Amino acid sequence: MIALKDLSITIASRQVVCGVSLPLEPGKVTALVGESGSGKSMTALAAIGLLPEGARASGRVDLDGQNLLDLPERAMDALRGRRMGMIFQEPMTALNPLMTIGDQVAEGLRRHRGLGRAQALVRARERLDRVGLPAARFPLGLYPHQLSGGQRQRVAIAMAIADAPDLLIADEPTTALDVTTQAQILDLLRGLVRDEGMALWLITHDLAVVSGVADHVAVMQQGRIVEAGATAQVFRTQAHPYTRALFAAARHVPAPSGGTAGGGPLLRVEGAVREYRLPRPALFARRPVLRAVDGVSLDVGIGESVGLVGESGCGKSTLARAILGLDALQGGAIRLDGAGVGPRMPKAQRAQVQAVFQDPFASFDPRWRVDRLVAEPFHLTGRPADWRDRVAEALAEVEIGAEAMSRHIHEFSGGQRQRIAIARALIIRPRLILLDEAVSALDVQVRARILDLLARLRRQHGLAWLFISHDLSVVRAITDRVLVMDAGRIVEEGPTGRILSHPLHPVTRRLVAAAPILPQL
Amino acid sequence: MLARRLALLALALVVASAVIFAVVDLVPGDPAVFVLGTGARPDTLAALRQQLGLDLPWPTRYARWLGGVLTGDLGTSLAYKAPVAGMILDRVQVSLPLALMALGLAVAVALPVGMLAASRRGRPADALAMGAAQVGIALPNFWFAMLLVLVFAVKLRWLPAGGFPGWSDPLAALRALVLPAVALALPQAAILARVLRSALIETLGQDYIRSARAKGLSRAQVLRRHALRNALIPVLTILGMQFSFLLAGAIIIENVFYLPGLGRLIFQAISQRDLVVVQSAVLVLVAAVILVTFLVDLAYAAVDPRLRGR
Repeated sequence: MIALKDLSITIASRQVVCGVSLPLEPGKVTALVGESGSGKSMTALAAIGLLPEGARASGRVDLDGQNLLDLPERAMDALRGRRMGMIFQEPMTALNPLMTIGDQVAEGLRRHRGLGRAQALVRARERLDRVGLPAARFPLGLYPHQLSGGQRQRVAIAMAIADAPDLLIADEPTTALDVTTQAQILDLLRGLVRDEGMALWLITHDLAVVSGVADHVAVMQQGRIVEAGATAQVFRTQAHPYTRALFAAARHVPAPSGGTAGGGPLLRVEGAVREYRLPRPALFARRPVLRAVDGVSLDVGIGESVGLVGESGCGKSTLARAILGLDALQGGAIRLDGAGVGPRMPKAQRAQVQAVFQDPFASFDPRWRVDRLVAEPFHLTGRPADWRDRVAEALAEVEIGAEAMSRHIHEFSGGQRQRIAIARALIIRPRLILLDEAVSALDVQVRARILDLLARLRRQHGLAWLFISHDLSVVRAITDRVLVMDAGRIVEEGPTGRILSHPLHPVTRRLVAAAPILPQL
Repeated sequence: MLARRLALLALALVVASAVIFAVVDLVPGDPAVFVLGTGARPDTLAALRQQLGLDLPWPTRYARWLGGVLTGDLGTSLAYKAPVAGMILDRVQVSLPLALMALGLAVAVALPVGMLAASRRGRPADALAMGAAQVGIALPNFWFAMLLVLVFAVKLRWLPAGGFPGWSDPLAALRALVLPAVALALPQAAILARVLRSALIETLGQDYIRSARAKGLSRAQVLRRHALRNALIPVLTILGMQFSFLLAGAIIIENVFYLPGLGRLIFQAISQRDLVVVQSAVLVLVAAVILVTFLVDLAYAAVDPRLRGR
């Protein structure tokens, strides 16, 4: 059995993890929950001996009475992959793009057991079958780019469990996946723990996932474990205030925005078709066409909040790009306030709709200061003389002080960046804001505050939202109406409450069934 | 896919030949006057023009030239009265092996240096390797070439100081190319090492490197098995550009070592206004560059499965 005992980690003389003790029992799932920056991932990396340079661990990581922290790097290399494996959050980048999935799964076996390539590949085949990638559809010679995110995460799991380790560490293994895929991956992990008796250490910020999967849970706040025990017990009693705060935030529903909705459609999408041409399969062959959006019609009323949900690849983001006027349609029409939307629409029309995207790190130019970032949409309307006052005002609306204006974006946390992104979208007073997974990357507490902020802004400015997400709990909290998309079509739509509690279409049912739910206590 | 690339390759060659023909042939200036001088008598000029085919309309001249090129006849040098094809072939026998040797040397040096620097990032070995690379880029290569001559030819008498004996004695020919190849390779190796180091450092920060470490691979194994191949794309791009440069851009080094290479041929042809030689030699070089680019594209696809089937 592997156990952490009084583990502490310092980075540049700052203590980031402090006296953590955590037993990881075989055949059980132990969850470590907490917000980003609480030290969860550092703790896991210390256990597997992969701390970043400059980080120091002290205390014990106990394996068979041996303290792994004392082992030289060479000995740790020999343990990693054999006694313990690890999978990470982002499946799209977790695999070497130039190596076949067979070779990547076989590699650890060749290293640890000294198997030849052929023998190792036989075992790799078994492991890939076990994680739900059968030989018929997933031959060993596939490359990662030929697989979806969920399939890649399965390969990563096969890699980590290739040599049947005692411990599998899974660091936010489903955070980047849509709900249906998340449910399948969690099922797979649970099955592996049951069948192979390994210990699973699940690191996550998602309490609903924990309640569905974990036997034991430890709650981490600022590098310390504040509460730990059997999951049902901890979740029922919520003895520590921080645990209670996490639960409250996860369940948070903003105050109703007070009926500004209604009053004619603002956005009207009629039979929108968006096609991509794929590369030609042969020299003179016709280029095949992928229809990503297939005859979608929808309305968003003035001041209305509409959710758009669906699995990854269903066409949500393609539709979003068309609504923003970034891509031309191949059929149908999009009208905003009666005027056409498309790549060549006038700037005044473009200024009517703004967007906030998922990644608060990638959606800003790191070289610009905040005032310039927030003022950027003024190029659509012409920059007024008092633009700096307007920037300060927009920042104030998202509760960011004016002193932020002269700073660079890397000085802000994820939640603050997302507020700045909202300020940027608001500054030219658009009538519709499109939020593409805008709160998916945020912790529950930060997310709760952003949702409140969005509700308040909607009330004050009569804004309409189009909220694209795979997170049904968020959609339930802040939208009036929801559209369910599958394979480029809208398959179901109606009031959010009714659709999510009484789904009719199989796709909606699948999404609702797959969404992890917090226990009602 | 290969058929598509080959079709593009052929198209690029035709376009290149048209551009070269246009630049050399359609711009103002009369090759006959260049040959005979401005004081030549009009009837002599007219006779020469007719002999060179300059009195024909340009489409005919282009077709003739292209037809000649396709059958291996690149015309006759105005200055030397010799077939241009033979002259270029003689020079290619020097320039091509020289470029290949220099490139091979550059890779042989850059690979270990770049890998060492990347794996010891921020440590003394990295600083030393990159400092050396900086010096390698900064040193003028003709000066370095003269230094090589002084040490290895004049002092130690290991290698010849210059000239090229021809390939009838392969060993002597290779010996004659060693010093120029080293002189050419030094800055190229320095550039390659820097590119490789930064590509490796970027690759080493990728998630799949962490996944590979989690499987139990050591730092060295991860560098060799996962990072190196992923870092090759930018390196291949630079290699392709360097090869094209080395083929004709070695003129200074060719002069230092009295080597009859392509660079010197073109330089001489330009100064003598030998337009037939210029036109054909440039075409050969352009063809070489296009071919190398094609090979680099194939190499990309060999390295990266995502680029196959495009």
